[in-house]
Amino acid sequence: MKGKNIFATRWGIIGVGAFIGILAALLQKLGNPGNMGICVACFERDIAGALGLHRAAVVQYIRPEIIGFVFGSLVAALWFKEFRPRLGSAPIVRFVLGVFAMIGALVFLGCPWRAVLRLAGGDGNAILGLLGLIFGIWIGTLFLKNGYNLGRTHKTYASAGLMLALIMAGFLLLLLIFPQKEGEAQSGVLFYSLKGPGAMHAPLLLALIVGLIIGFLAQRSRFCTMGAIRDTVLFGQTHLLGGFIALVVFAFLTNLIFGQFNAGFANQPVAHTMHIWNFFGMTLAGLAFALAGGCPGRQLFLSGEGDGDSAVFVLGMIVGAGFSHNFGMASSPKGVGPYGIAGVVVGLLVCLFIGLTMRKKIT
Amino acid sequence: MSATVDARGLSCPQPVILAINEIKKGTDNEIIVLVDTDTSKENVSRAAESQGCQVTDISSDGEGYRITISKG
Repeated sequence: MKGKNIFATRWGIIGVGAFIGILAALLQKLGNPGNMGICVACFERDIAGALGLHRAAVVQYIRPEIIGFVFGSLVAALWFKEFRPRLGSAPIVRFVLGVFAMIGALVFLGCPWRAVLRLAGGDGNAILGLLGLIFGIWIGTLFLKNGYNLGRTHKTYASAGLMLALIMAGFLLLLLIFPQKEGEAQSGVLFYSLKGPGAMHAPLLLALIVGLIIGFLAQRSRFCTMGAIRDTVLFGQTHLLGGFIALVVFAFLTNLIFGQFNAGFANQPVAHTMHIWNFFGMTLAGLAFALAGGCPGRQLFLSGEGDGDSAVFVLGMIVGAGFSHNFGMASSPKGVGPYGIAGVVVGLLVCLFIGLTMRKKIT
Repeated sequence: MSATVDARGLSCPQPVILAINEIKKGTDNEIIVLVDTDTSKENVSRAAESQGCQVTDISSDGEGYRITISKG
């Protein structure tokens, strides 16, 4: 489609960030967990739990927001003729990066989206997470400057580009076929949390609609939380950063209006106060996102517009959530899990290996 | 003289890195960048302008775009 894409302008991305901030705070008001109006990592982890890929009983629910993100992006891409089915840029590496991005995010207890939403809700621990995120992305930019890349994609079948959207449609169908039953932890093949964050959710239809709107707008604006920091560090380009900052400012203001702002470090919702591991958990996540070329939200939006490699990253994150909880690597409000630190160390080594060895010259 | 950068099939931020590297090399006054997504088109154009260059033409090229950058 010819003509200028207004969402890709400076004010466009700022407007989208602000809108997402408001919607995220609203989703919390409507029932989502504290400072977790939207958290791509947490919500994919909840989906993994609902499917039984892990059995952490407090985090099991098919989150309609994630389904909406992919479909909103797909609709926008089709509408504006930007749907481009493509794949083949080192998918196995992207899968591994997805796994470790999730392991790192669950040590901190949140993805970059939730890191700023936690900050906007007054959670001081988020500062450590954000600093770690910046540090991890900075390491990623060093690799990028030294020629790191995962190679070219190639064109593929439209149906291949639709694969993650179809998987999401499958999740939505499961949610409708096996709806939550009052007081029961299982409905058909799906698991449902009876307590904890997994039991807290906005009404299905509203969550789905908000997800669709955000998916649509994010596809148009190319909203990316990792890219916001990466572009600033790598090129001094602050375009995406405008959207990221708008998100935190408007989520903060909306939280004030709803009385959802509580400043402090201790007893914050779904958070712990182990500063070093909040930092290094997000260092791992940030590095993995930087090496994979997008934050977890952006990977969903790219999947919606036909990018099969991003879809593989998303599946890596969902599987990573399974490993994270099954292996005791995920944190809880009490602190890091018994193998969380080991998971971060292994993850950082894997990312360094990937960053150092995949520097093939582009031909 | 013009140089051509083929950034088709490369994902973010590779097209921008390649374009900026070519601009900084400074041997050619005109640089053609081939990309295959709208995101890359926007990102490369934005990066070129932030480097003090002008985007003189964007045309459809197959399934992607051909961006012509002129150094000011």
